[in-house]
Amino acid sequence: MGVTVTVDDSTGGEGLLRAPLVIEYPFNRTTGPVVGAFVSALRDRRVLGIRAADGRVVCPPVEYDPQTGAPLEEMVEVAATGTVTTWSWVPEAREGQPLQTPHALALVQLDGADTSVLHVVDAPGPEALSTGARVRIRWAAEPTGAITDIECFELDGGAS
Amino acid sequence: MTVDPSEDRSVSVLPDDLWTQPTPSVPVDLGDEPVRRQVVPGSMRYDYTPGLASSRFLRGLAEKRILGERCPETGEVYVPPRGVSPVSGLPTTEQVEVGPSATITAFCVVHIGFGVNAPPTPFVSALFLPDGAAVSLYGTMGEIPYDEVRIGMRVEPVWVDDDQLTESMENIRYWRPIDEPDVPAEQLKGHM
Amino acid sequence: MRDVAIVSVAQSQHRRAAAELNEVEMIQPVIRAALDQVGATISDIDFTCSGSSDYLAGQAFSFVMTLDAVGAWPPIVESHVEMDGAWALYEAWLKIQTGAADTAFVYSYSKASPGDLPRVMSRMLDPYYAGPLWPDSVAYAGLQARAMLDAGVTTEQRMAEVAHRNREAARNNPNAQVVGSASVEDLLAAPMFSDPLRVHDCPPISDGGVAVVLAAGDRARDWAERPAWIRGIDHRIDSHQVGARDLTTAPSVAIAAQRAGVDGAFDVAEVHAPFTHQEQLVLDGLGLGDDVVVNPSGGALAANPMMAAGLIRLGEVATRIMDGSVGRGVAHATAGQLLQQNLVCVLEGGD
Repeated sequence: MGVTVTVDDSTGGEGLLRAPLVIEYPFNRTTGPVVGAFVSALRDRRVLGIRAADGRVVCPPVEYDPQTGAPLEEMVEVAATGTVTTWSWVPEAREGQPLQTPHALALVQLDGADTSVLHVVDAPGPEALSTGARVRIRWAAEPTGAITDIECFELDGGAS
Repeated sequence: MTVDPSEDRSVSVLPDDLWTQPTPSVPVDLGDEPVRRQVVPGSMRYDYTPGLASSRFLRGLAEKRILGERCPETGEVYVPPRGVSPVSGLPTTEQVEVGPSATITAFCVVHIGFGVNAPPTPFVSALFLPDGAAVSLYGTMGEIPYDEVRIGMRVEPVWVDDDQLTESMENIRYWRPIDEPDVPAEQLKGHM
Repeated sequence: MRDVAIVSVAQSQHRRAAAELNEVEMIQPVIRAALDQVGATISDIDFTCSGSSDYLAGQAFSFVMTLDAVGAWPPIVESHVEMDGAWALYEAWLKIQTGAADTAFVYSYSKASPGDLPRVMSRMLDPYYAGPLWPDSVAYAGLQARAMLDAGVTTEQRMAEVAHRNREAARNNPNAQVVGSASVEDLLAAPMFSDPLRVHDCPPISDGGVAVVLAAGDRARDWAERPAWIRGIDHRIDSHQVGARDLTTAPSVAIAAQRAGVDGAFDVAEVHAPFTHQEQLVLDGLGLGDDVVVNPSGGALAANPMMAAGLIRLGEVATRIMDGSVGRGVAHATAGQLLQQNLVCVLEGGD
């Protein structure tokens, strides 16, 4: 001990040390009854919303009324078809995204719902998509009880 | 049907009326086993760089040297160094070799190991105060029965083979006792 | 209410990657500069509050490590928010209002460079409905831009003008990362990046931080010739359910502005709008007149260290009040995504 070195406040030309670091978050989350019902229904290729105090249907469903905070009481089924309310283009898919090809991120208001669900739309390019486009759910081949049971949305006939 | 909230994990112990679990009616049959839990996989990848002081420390380890850094105000030597003295908040600018002999300042007998790299249980994890340093390094004890480890015990690091040395804490495989008298606990005051 | 002022501000020279530094090495000079400017040591500070997020650099308990740079031994009264430092300042301001402190030190920082920031940002979303889709933050912002474009609330031309004005203003900001801009015409000729966003519509990814000293009453007058008094401060939040929001307005900005007393004439506004289309939403929410100089620093489009870019806005206004170049300003900070949560602060010179 006792050897003293004057430290040069740089990397000393040795280059930076680097190491890959992977952090995993394998949380096991309880769903509660509302999210649980929503994702259980997705397994059976059905979509549920929930009726808010003002009568509007919130989809995906929330537990408490967005205005009053009161617990909500009535889940309702909505359609597997809907309308794109806004969207953006994802030119290069990232790890974990539902589609690994270029696609659109979108908010889709399902028929029978008054709010929109976030998901992706499979489209050949941004020119094929527009706000107001009609889309329908493409179901995952092997449902697991998660939002990803919706594999993606696909264009339903011609864009409006 | 209605989902029975009693089958879900209790999420609140608030008195009545302060919290209500929603139990909405559901218009479709959810089957015998509605989803109650989800495991959503996900990992994040980082390109980690340790910083200037930690790089100096790790490069020292690759040469089997333990390099602390001195607080310019108090003179205390911190190891592993982070680049800043935790007492004065000033940058540490003088590198000081400490150890390799060290003193145990705290230990724990581990009976349940976590992670893929945990040694066979029971083992002893401990804090090792290298000679000349103000703070301790974490590591595990070897070459001694777990029930013979003591605070104040004198130890030295056991390094990996020379051809295995890298810029890594894993260069120290474990620590083992050396034939020196224990350091009295009162001399470790301020370092525990 | 007690009179509380910002009396010192320091920030880093923001850059894409401070790869050679760990977080404490990066923030230490900033912390030291903010204290040195008023001749203070940590023993003169009654309360310290920081803002950071472990997700950004993948560094567990990052804020505990950076406390070393404060000199937190013997132990100090300390707190932390996993939010932009503007909210750490809000907590410190509250602490002073309670009378439990007369002085406070606030800092925030991030190193986003070790990770894939647009992907990391998806971890702040709803873990059931949005998180499993891993939406990146640029495409996510594009949803809001498209909604505004469709509604006629903004235009691509206006978005490009915002990019141009901010980055040209950054020429006068020694801490800016992206300085100068091509002409609006040339910006609009560039291809789409994440349609409807072009590269110029997006903030840079930045490593950096900021530190601020707060003091009440006479202590502020001792420490600064011209303290930047906090005349009003408030923060509000919109729904986390993105599909239930009207993305063409920012109601929480408007309410926070009203509660913070945004009224009358201002010399300067610093707003935290990482994407070009968001500046207009914030300005509309603040309800400022056309005569106000907006983002003389270049804003978050010139440098966007996560967790710090909001507090920097307060710092930029305060710095101008302290150097006497302006008398009254408004600063805005945002958190969450798509301007979900907003803080507004009115700062003023004088006694």
